[in-house]
Amino acid sequence: MLTKRIIPCLDVRDGRVVKGTNFAGLRDMADPVEMARMYNADGADELVFYDITASAEHRALFTDILRRVAENIFIPLTVGGGVNTLADFDRVLKCGADKVSVNSGALRRPALIPEAAQRYGDQCVVLSADIKRVGGAFHVFARGGREDTGREALDWLGWGVAHGAGELVVNSIDTDGVRAGFDLELLDAVAARCPGVPIIASGGAGRAQDFIELFTHPGIDAGLAAGIFHERKLTIPELKKALRAQGVEVRL
Amino acid sequence: MLAIVDYGVGNLFSLAGSVRSLGCEVCVTAKAGELAAASHILLPGVGAFGDAMAKLESTGLVPVLRAQAAQKPLLGICLGMQLLFEKSYEYGVHAGLGLIPGEVCPLADDLADKTLKVPHMGWNALDIVPGRENDPLFRYFQSGEHVYYVHSYYAKHCAAHTLATSGYSLPVTGAVRSGHVYGTQFHPEKSGDAGLRLLRAFAEL
Repeated sequence: MLTKRIIPCLDVRDGRVVKGTNFAGLRDMADPVEMARMYNADGADELVFYDITASAEHRALFTDILRRVAENIFIPLTVGGGVNTLADFDRVLKCGADKVSVNSGALRRPALIPEAAQRYGDQCVVLSADIKRVGGAFHVFARGGREDTGREALDWLGWGVAHGAGELVVNSIDTDGVRAGFDLELLDAVAARCPGVPIIASGGAGRAQDFIELFTHPGIDAGLAAGIFHERKLTIPELKKALRAQGVEVRL
Repeated sequence: MLAIVDYGVGNLFSLAGSVRSLGCEVCVTAKAGELAAASHILLPGVGAFGDAMAKLESTGLVPVLRAQAAQKPLLGICLGMQLLFEKSYEYGVHAGLGLIPGEVCPLADDLADKTLKVPHMGWNALDIVPGRENDPLFRYFQSGEHVYYVHSYYAKHCAAHTLATSGYSLPVTGAVRSGHVYGTQFHPEKSGDAGLRLLRAFAEL
C-alpha cells in the first residue's frame, strides 16, 4: 500500500527560503538548495517549492535555484507560485519540477487546469487553494490569502478535479501558522467531495501528534508543513518514527 | 558512459543528476552513434504511450534501440518501461518496442479495491518476487524498501519476466527483465537513496 507522505514546503523569495505566519511577517530562513538537500537526506517524501517573488529578475533567480535543486535531490519536486499560463508550466517543468501547483492563476482563468492537464497529464497538475471560513462557509482566497474571491471552496476544488487537477493542496488560512493542528473539519469536507484524488493537508502542523491525528482521517494522503521543519522543532526522522509507532505506514 | 535517450518526452534533469551523483558519466542524446558508444542505455518517459511511441519513432531510434538492447544493458523507466512491451491499451491500441512479452492495461479496471485512487501515486514497498532476490539489479536493495510511483496503466501478462511488484489491492508490476533489458514502473531517480542504489546496480551490470 502507499505510505502517507510528509512534505516540507519551501517558500522562496529573492533567492532565500522564508516562512510567514498567517501569510504575513515573512522571516528569512536559509539557502533553498542547502535546505532541499537536507530534507532529501532526512527522508522527506516530496518537496514543494513556492516562488513568492514579485519581479521578473527574481523569477529568473528562482528558476536557476530550481535547476540546482532538481539536480541535487532524488525525490519528487512540486513547484508553484506565479503559474498563470502553459508557458509557466513549461518553464518550471524544464527546470526539473515533476508537478506544478496552480492557485491564483487558475482562479483568474480556470481553463488553465484542463489545458495543462491535457498537455502534461492530470498527475502533473496540482490544485492548491487557500481556504478560510467566511460567515459559516469555506471561501477560496486569492493572491496569497489576501483577497476573498467569494467562491465556495468545495465547489471550486470539485470543479478543478473534474477538469483535470490530479492532486489537491488544501491550505487552511484559519489554522496556518498557528501550530494547533490541521483543519480537520475542512479536510474531511474536501475528502468527501473529492474522493478520487490525493489530498495534501496544509496549515496548522505544530507537533508530531498533529500528523498522527491527521492520518486517522481517511482520504488524507499527505501532510505539508514549513516552519516546524525549517526551525528543526520537529525533524522528519522523529516524526516518521512517531507515526510508525502509531501504526501509520511511512517510508523510513 | 551511460546514455539517456532524449526524444522530447519529459525533463531529464533529475535522471541525469541522479546518475551523475553516483560518479558515472552520462550523456543525454538522440544520436544513434552515442547510443552505440554508450555502455548502458536509459529510456525515460512520461505522458501518454501513443504520443511517446510516435515521438520515439520520429527520432528514427526504434531500430537502433532494438539492436542495442541485444548487446548492452537497457533500463526503461516509468512510461519508458511500458514502451518495452508489445502493446498498450492507453487511448486506443498502440504497438510498443516488443522487447519484453506482455501488455500495458488500465490499472483502474483491475483494482480489487475500487476505492483506491488512480493514478497510483506515491511511495510503495517494492517486494522482490521469490527466486529473483539474486538478480544483479537488487545487489544493493532489500525487498520491501519503498520506491516512488506515478502511473495509471500497468504491465500485465508478463509474470515470467517480473522481478518485483508493489501491492495496491493487486500486485502491480514494479520491475521487469528480459535478458539485458530491464524496466521499472517506478522512478528510481525519484526514489531517494533506495532508488540510487538500484541505479548503481544497473550501472554496474
